[in-house]
Amino acid sequence: MTGIVYSETVIFLAPADFVNEAPYQIAIVDLDNGKRETGRMIEDRVSIGDRVTLCEHRNGVPVFKKSNAVR
Amino acid sequence: MVLGAGKTAFGAFPDRSLRSLAVEAIEHALHDANIVPSQADAFYLGNFAGAPFTGQNHLAPYVASHAGLNGIPCTRVENACASGGSAFYQAWQAVGAGLYDFVVVAGVEKMTSQATPKVAEILAGAGDMATEGACGATFPSLFAMIARRHMYEFGTTREQLASVAVKNHANGARNPLAHMRKEITLEQALAGKVVAEPLTIYDCSLISDGAAALVLAPLERARGLSNRFAKILTVVQTSDHVALAEKRDITAFPAVVAAARQAYDKASVGPQDIDFAEVHDCFTIAEIVASEDLGFVAKGDGGRFAEAGCSARNGKIPINSTGGLKAKGHPVGATGVAQVCDVVAQLRGEAADCQVPRRRIGLAQNLGGSGATCVVSILGNV
Repeated sequence: MTGIVYSETVIFLAPADFVNEAPYQIAIVDLDNGKRETGRMIEDRVSIGDRVTLCEHRNGVPVFKKSNAVR
Repeated sequence: MVLGAGKTAFGAFPDRSLRSLAVEAIEHALHDANIVPSQADAFYLGNFAGAPFTGQNHLAPYVASHAGLNGIPCTRVENACASGGSAFYQAWQAVGAGLYDFVVVAGVEKMTSQATPKVAEILAGAGDMATEGACGATFPSLFAMIARRHMYEFGTTREQLASVAVKNHANGARNPLAHMRKEITLEQALAGKVVAEPLTIYDCSLISDGAAALVLAPLERARGLSNRFAKILTVVQTSDHVALAEKRDITAFPAVVAAARQAYDKASVGPQDIDFAEVHDCFTIAEIVASEDLGFVAKGDGGRFAEAGCSARNGKIPINSTGGLKAKGHPVGATGVAQVCDVVAQLRGEAADCQVPRRRIGLAQNLGGSGATCVVSILGNV
């Protein structure tokens, strides 16, 4: 499944449970199936309009990476 | 009618309890209304997260009993950052229904007893914990995504966001009850520590302790007690999805657009009739979006409107002349009540150094979460 980044941000000041992971990027992604989901980005930073690929779900959270960053 | 209004200072008060802050605000409001506690018929309290912040629940009677409001119905209202506005809506409805002569409504939050990451965690509970909280989303990050999209679609700039912070800090510096009484420059605002890109610490409202209270009464009871009452033209409360991803367009808040439209209809006024406004600037982008959603400026032009000084104290429509959430402070549950207190002070001409020049009709807009609750109140001089 892939999608397009609708909006994104990089979080520097994290909630207590996520402090050790900061900074990290989250994004709202318009998926090809018409759904819109909030997820975590891994690897390269993305911008609005970038195509991303759904890699997995971690604790129910969709994890995406930039589509052209596939190695 | 708003018969009386009272606030505590907003700030970090390690020696003050939630209850002592709320009681102080209620005592100010009762005194201002020229009534004694035993005359109050009902009490509504806006509070977001008393238990996570302080360990205490059952807050409405907990507060009321120490303010001399004994035996009357006491109800806490929780709607995230719009808890205060929602409590005001309940109180206004109760008076309008003819149930009571005097209703006291207060808002309070005690936030500074927790460390910032814990505060961020508690505030995240105003969003959708399963889809946003689980990602590590914070409240600033949700508004950061709104800002990014607004910048992408309308060319809104970092400088325009920062201009809101500069204005509100300048206004707050004139407000003796404000948490942050310090002017800042555009350069400082732009160079602030990043919280969630593109928002810096200067784009974010403050973590504050504080309380505010109002006494409402029907006109026939208000007359004779005071000649300083302000007329509530209307109060409208609306709702929307909690999760940002469930909205089609995040550059506007449908709940705010709908509340404004209904409020203007009910009050028989338009945005051009509003002399000044207190809007919910939990983040600089939120004030920009509010100025558009309330119809003060065309969609997409909010950033340019702020940068041009149109929302300054002597501008076309003064917005947040008391410093807003940004500088006045944002004790979450108190905010919606405090906004109405500030509108009342402006209408009475009692806002001192924060006074706006035109004071016939004022508007308060209180937003919960990332737009799932909105309360728009329009008040006027009688």
